Amino acid sequence: MSEKTTIDARGAFCPGPLMELIAALKNLQIGDEVDILSTDKGSVTDIPEWCKKVKHDFLGITEHKGYWSVLVRKAK
Amino acid sequence: MAKQVLIIGSGVAGTIIANGLCRQIKNELASGAVTVTMIGATDKHMYQPGLLYLTFGKMRESEMYRDQRSILDKRVAFFVDPAKNIDVEAKKVTTESGRTYGYDYLVIATGSRIRPDMIPGMSEGAHWFYDLEGARKLRDALNDFQGGKVIINVNAPHKCPVAPVEITLMLREFLTAKGVMDKSEITYTYPIGRLHGLEPVAHWAVPEFQKHGIKSETFFNTKSVDAAAKTITSEEGVTLPYDLLITIPPHTGAQVITDSKLGAGGWVPTNKLTLLREGSDNVFIVGDTTNIPISKAGSTAHFEADTVVDNLSSLLKEQRWSRNYDGKVYCFIETGMTTGTYIMFNYTTPPNPGPPSHMVHWLKLGYNRLYWLSARGLL
Repeated sequence: MSEKTTIDARGAFCPGPLMELIAALKNLQIGDEVDILSTDKGSVTDIPEWCKKVKHDFLGITEHKGYWSVLVRKAK
Repeated sequence: MAKQVLIIGSGVAGTIIANGLCRQIKNELASGAVTVTMIGATDKHMYQPGLLYLTFGKMRESEMYRDQRSILDKRVAFFVDPAKNIDVEAKKVTTESGRTYGYDYLVIATGSRIRPDMIPGMSEGAHWFYDLEGARKLRDALNDFQGGKVIINVNAPHKCPVAPVEITLMLREFLTAKGVMDKSEITYTYPIGRLHGLEPVAHWAVPEFQKHGIKSETFFNTKSVDAAAKTITSEEGVTLPYDLLITIPPHTGAQVITDSKLGAGGWVPTNKLTLLREGSDNVFIVGDTTNIPISKAGSTAHFEADTVVDNLSSLLKEQRWSRNYDGKVYCFIETGMTTGTYIMFNYTTPPNPGPPSHMVHWLKLGYNRLYWLSARGLL
């Protein structure tokens, strides 16, 4: 059964939300989802671009007040 | 009955906390109201940033080590007896020798470790400098190197996020001084679409790399290394040939964390302000062991440790909370053999690396000596 994990990377400058996502995916199973919270606007483009390159599933972005949540599913 | 403070881990965070706490609660220790115990995995304390210098023959091993007992406050009961199981419900820690330690307050500072074994072929085909044996081997390989393709390969997660940039820039100067840079090519690979996770550092590194002819391959998430063919391949389908492969391997936390079911990957879910384990009010997590989205670095461990010292001493003496951790990190960045810069940031203020200077490099060399005062909780 797949699980959903939330990473609160708001205010994370180093190594940054995308590096946190890469690290988190290593501990998950195929089909698990990660909701990464980021105050870095760059995540809106960085994360979908990385998912496309590495072939994980980018599921969408929700804009909140002052931050974004980016949903990703581990595909391989 | 005395309040028992138990610290697991004798690295930078655990040592600063032990020493700083003893200084703050001297009356309670003298009266027997509080005891401080540390259990570690080794009787030696290593200044880990020294590995970068050791690689280039610029620091001796003897300069990187002290006896752990010699830098610990004499009031700390110290045992070399690695933790085997941590039971936060029963408030008990069992060690490899079979002893069991109880506690009122627990500090978990078990750190992180390199895991080249997680990528097929990496252990056989790559060099690294993140442990003593690896740094020794890389130093020998660099001494023998007569030119060719060098790849500096970065994997996630890893500690000391600026070290890959440092070794890249220092290596160029090393090979130039050796007279083989004109026969060499340095390529730096990084998992995301820029040169560093920190956007300001990535922005700063682009012209530095271009100026020195250092190539880069971004979106490079390592899939495998072929030691016989001397190639490294990414998940993205790119294969690069190499003559010398220097990797920053992926890291995990300590085995005792996963064995105790305290956190996936060995990283313990931690409140980023209080540094308390999520769900606990008497278990502090510091340094690389946390899952906080922040640099895994000695500097982070140092400033987190200062916060824990303030809070533990306040809780023990006055039953009150002192202050939250603000995410402070300060890292030197060596930009060659004679210049350096630095970054400083916290949860609300991004870093802004300045132009490299000789002065910052010399400050870093000075700190390489002053570290032993930090470990003693004095700096």
